Amino acid sequence: MTTASLPEIAEIWDWLSEVPDPEIPVVSVTELGIIRDARYEGGTLVVAVTPTYSGCPATSVIDMMIEAKLREKGVEDLRLERRLSPPWTTDWVSEAAREKLSAFGIAPPIDGTASDGGMAAKAARLSGKSNLSVACPRCGSANTERISQFGSTPCKASWRCKDCLEPFDYFKCI
Amino acid sequence: MSAVVDLSSAEREVRDKAAMASPVSDRFVTDAALKPAFFDWLCRMGDNALVLGHRTSEWCGHGPVLEEDIALANTALDLIGHTQLWLGLAGEVEGRGRDADQLAYLRDAAQFRNLLLVELPNGDMGVTLMREFLFDAWHHACLSWLIAHSQSPRVAEIAAKAIKEVTYHLERASDLVVRLGDGSGESHARMQAAVDLLWPYTGEMFKSDAIEAELVKAGIVPASETLRETWERTVSEIFEEATLDMPEDGYSHLGGKQGRHTEHLGFILAEMQFLQRAYPGASW
Repeated sequence: MTTASLPEIAEIWDWLSEVPDPEIPVVSVTELGIIRDARYEGGTLVVAVTPTYSGCPATSVIDMMIEAKLREKGVEDLRLERRLSPPWTTDWVSEAAREKLSAFGIAPPIDGTASDGGMAAKAARLSGKSNLSVACPRCGSANTERISQFGSTPCKASWRCKDCLEPFDYFKCI
Repeated sequence: MSAVVDLSSAEREVRDKAAMASPVSDRFVTDAALKPAFFDWLCRMGDNALVLGHRTSEWCGHGPVLEEDIALANTALDLIGHTQLWLGLAGEVEGRGRDADQLAYLRDAAQFRNLLLVELPNGDMGVTLMREFLFDAWHHACLSWLIAHSQSPRVAEIAAKAIKEVTYHLERASDLVVRLGDGSGESHARMQAAVDLLWPYTGEMFKSDAIEAELVKAGIVPASETLRETWERTVSEIFEEATLDMPEDGYSHLGGKQGRHTEHLGFILAEMQFLQRAYPGASW
């Protein structure tokens, strides 16, 4: 591929937005905020990806899916770069993705529920309940409680609705 | 669960390169004079995470309730993630082409640099949770220092990534220590027994040596004893809430950081390293 025919970076981003998260396929890797940069170094396309959780087993699958998508679009000279800093935060999950998560049955992250909320977390612990209400993605009730800080994937916690009685995943805030 | 995928060798190469490539430049990574000490210290961080991660994973499928089983497995997964970061950097610093997997699977017990605390058997849930808590409180203090003060950008960025997860671990362990310590007579007795059993292994966290001193001088790492105050504050606050007694400081078991381990580490490695030892280079 000659330099003149390299695809525009905006087009690269469009292509990346077609790559779904392998664990939560309703959202794309761009909506999750894990693509930190796409640029050319000479004729090489460099895509910087940040992991959500350090040990997330999806990380290498995501790299592979990005690679496969870009190859399919005709990109030949490609390098993936792992970027650790700044560390990924759920603040980077887009608005559109939050709505899709909710429709998929996963309560989206709520600011202020991260563990490093310090005082808020301590107050919540002493009062025996959460400081912020996480809405049930099924019935919308705010009358919910945390069952466990962890869930089916590293990025989720287990909650339950005290009105419709359904358990659900909460995309935990970090 | 991630999908089972068949990686072609070209795909695996791209994946492995991505795992290695970091855009952050750091003069300490190629500092020949510091190399032996820096490599050793990175192994200490990586091996703590690896050995505790392995111990914690032993609960997978055996937790007392499903939520605890999942929580322990996720905690183990986070720790294995930290291992990949620390040992990955250790391999780069060493410069002999060993990656995180090779360091984890192909070193023998005497080359491991983890604290003795993390290699002790899991015992009951009380011992498991108390060990987690005592370690998390130290881990959190150590990572906080590294983020705020380390002159090594690569070390600081790993710490900044890891602390998000470690904060979660500390919060969960604190909750459970309080709930069980201030729980029934039986749960209280087991938690106090766990404290008494593990306490002589906590002193090692605050013991400095010549290797560490070299890195302290370079501004990369904290002197171990400086973390004690923060650790003691966290532990005493939670113990008070949990109605547990903090033992007097007495004898400390030492040696893990220098590669002198208890008999338990060899058994962990025999299980953890079996596949790579029996089928060298196996990958899938």
